Amino acid sequence: MKAGLPSLVLPFLALSMVAIGGANATVPEMHRLVTAAGWMSDDTFANLFAISTTAPGPNVLIVTLIGWHVSGLLGALLTTLAFCLPCSLLTFAVASVWDRFRAARWRIAVQAGLVPLTTGLIAASAYVIARAADDTAVAGLITLGTAALAFFTRINPLWALGAAALIGLAGVA
Amino acid sequence: MPPSATAADSAAPVSPPSVAAIFLGFLTISLIAFGGVLPWARRMIVEQKGWLSGTEFTEMLALCQFLPGPNIVNLSVALGARFHGIPGAFAGFGGIMVMPMAIVMALGAVYERYGNLPALHGILAGLAPAAAGLVIATVVKIGLPVFRGGFHVGKLFAVVAFAAVALLHFPLPYVVVALAPFSVAAAWWRLR
Repeated sequence: MKAGLPSLVLPFLALSMVAIGGANATVPEMHRLVTAAGWMSDDTFANLFAISTTAPGPNVLIVTLIGWHVSGLLGALLTTLAFCLPCSLLTFAVASVWDRFRAARWRIAVQAGLVPLTTGLIAASAYVIARAADDTAVAGLITLGTAALAFFTRINPLWALGAAALIGLAGVA
Repeated sequence: MPPSATAADSAAPVSPPSVAAIFLGFLTISLIAFGGVLPWARRMIVEQKGWLSGTEFTEMLALCQFLPGPNIVNLSVALGARFHGIPGAFAGFGGIMVMPMAIVMALGAVYERYGNLPALHGILAGLAPAAAGLVIATVVKIGLPVFRGGFHVGKLFAVVAFAAVALLHFPLPYVVVALAPFSVAAAWWRLR
């Protein structure tokens, strides 16, 4: 399905500047955007998120995949640029003067104040993705098992993804 | 400060990388970085290439986590800019993004075409819940320090942000803009 490029790209410009804690914090808004516009189903969103998680590279790739799915190559390039450009410009501007503020109290307060928000937003992401992905009991168990493995052990999460893919391939997920 | 400590801190005298080296370095990181980019980035930048000392890396990372946007993308821009200004920033950004984008679009094309095949459908039905599990683990890791210890107002902000976005479906930019000033003010007050 092709969508008007501006309605696809512009929201990602705004999301770039509120992605506190990275791309994962903005997943609920991406989900809301694409399902409200009728660009994809819950199921497709969960699948694209899984593909972006499994592929190598930064987790901003979910943005690329959304753009690709909705509007092809141009959509993929423009949404990714829209999501990365504003924050990159900010980083570029701040990086050179950062040393001056390293120990400033306002900086410590801003950082400490944003951590709870990041926590809440990424929790919302987990909730949205789990709801879209976990439509069977086995799927729920895969989610819990992967979460436990990633939290309690130092095993490379790729093993969990591989095992989950095999369970899915066997047709029981 | 004893001389030995100074020497340890400035270990690996940095030979500034060229623009091409920055591009290739981040390109390498992006291709081997399964399951989280940051550990791989630190390994290459600090331990293998010696572009930054451990302390410098930690400080640059703190800046990139502090600013909005994907941390590793910010890091590639900040590191590139440190050595070569605008061309360096582009080299870092291009290096970290170009191959993963190509790979993920190829996977996307496969998904569009064959997503309904039972085998691929099954694999994704298994992968999607696992991907959700990884995000849950991330939340618990980030959230533990927020929720440990006695009551403080930070916990409230975490819960309100979650409820507003996940349960009430408020647009995320408004939620961040509305909550961030109060959350930061509360942290400021707590730090006094």
